[in-house]
Amino acid sequence: MSLSIRVIPCLDVDEGRVVKGVNFLDLRDAGDPVELAARYNAEGADELIFLDITASSSDRSTMYDVVSRTAESVFIPLTVGGGVRAVEDFNRLLRAGADKVSLNTAALNDPDLLNDAAERFGAQCVVLSIDARRCPDGVFTDSGFEVTTHGGRRGTGIDAVKWAIEGTKRGAGEILLNSMDADGTKEGYDLALIAMVRAEVSVPIIASGGAGKLEDFVPAVIAGADAVLAASVFHFGQLRIDEVKKVLADADYPVR
Amino acid sequence: MNAPSVLLLDYGSGNLRSAQRALEKVGADVAVSADFDAAMAADGLLVPGVGAYGACMKGIREVRGDMLVDRRLSGGRPVMGICVGMQVMFDQGVEHAVETEGLGQWPGVIEELQAPILPHMGWNTVRVAQDSTLFEGVMGERFYFVHSYAARRWDFVARDENQNSPEVTWSHHGEDFVAAVENGPLVATQFHPEKSGDAGLHLLENWVKSLR
Repeated sequence: MSLSIRVIPCLDVDEGRVVKGVNFLDLRDAGDPVELAARYNAEGADELIFLDITASSSDRSTMYDVVSRTAESVFIPLTVGGGVRAVEDFNRLLRAGADKVSLNTAALNDPDLLNDAAERFGAQCVVLSIDARRCPDGVFTDSGFEVTTHGGRRGTGIDAVKWAIEGTKRGAGEILLNSMDADGTKEGYDLALIAMVRAEVSVPIIASGGAGKLEDFVPAVIAGADAVLAASVFHFGQLRIDEVKKVLADADYPVR
Repeated sequence: MNAPSVLLLDYGSGNLRSAQRALEKVGADVAVSADFDAAMAADGLLVPGVGAYGACMKGIREVRGDMLVDRRLSGGRPVMGICVGMQVMFDQGVEHAVETEGLGQWPGVIEELQAPILPHMGWNTVRVAQDSTLFEGVMGERFYFVHSYAARRWDFVARDENQNSPEVTWSHHGEDFVAAVENGPLVATQFHPEKSGDAGLHLLENWVKSLR
């Protein structure tokens, strides 16, 4: 009897459509988010994540609509992130039907937002999303990883592992750990990054970025991930959720 | 035959939409409200709850939910609690050393789980009580949990052989904790049936059917 490893498809949503690119560029249309959400639910997804990657804030209402339409018919947990800037955005997303809300850039700009959100809605619905990369030349952090913004295009010089520690102290109940180096490459998760964060925080970690083949998932769990996230490999049908669960089960990890 | 009516107690706690949709899906006529008379009149009262114990108890008291639950139960009328809505049925909650008095329907204290990773977040198995009716048809399923605090012991002792002992269902994360209780008209789950896919819907359907 134990908690199962969660398999989570991530839907990057731009102007009401699911898109996915390589290293956040070269976006390709992958379909209607509500339809995809229903399909993944039927295929055994343990949770769903919508990331609103619309650059402008003008199109936010589209996301509320996507969330509420999904919550009408899909009865599994729904996390929404992207463009969340204030506690009020949090409230609107939860009321639209989200169960958890992820904070990324806004938490870097105003870390108190994590405390405020956790105090008001509970740590269980506050997800800290960290876009991390190995430090490029001239940047040094203790862990060797830095936090980036703007979809991995801008470095901050902030140590990714220290930020994870601070974020959880401030109230984040889960870490969505994205490797910007691995994202879109399909070369596997960044295991060193997962292991370093796992060693320092006691909240669940969702590993993200790099999943390309079935063999990639078990190593992420061994490195310390509680959940594994993938996007394009699911959207374009290269891998199915039940296949991922089977490789985890074959390695003696509990799955639903 | 009319659909059983369920009032989802709206005292300011989180996402009620999912619970509302899930109950509707399994055939209930659902109202989301804090109206005392409507809550007394409904076939079933559902007490939701996410976030901090203290904040939930404050919200519940503000809508006279304490009196509501007492009155319904003394008349044998069904009440269901979910997540913190289950935890408040116990005597007391202790979070970050802050003690909050609960509704006191069951003896015991809600405390932090002793587990390496918290919150306990995700799909877990349950050890279903032998005479459970709530879990009929979903005995072997996993349910979705998200919480850091729980009833780590079950302190209820029947006064005599005439008093039925509640059916207690357990789960395990770091240690055993109470996952569900069926105690006559009062039932409660620590997990979120409204977020537990088909298994959760089935469980809610079992409860809704019992409301007749």
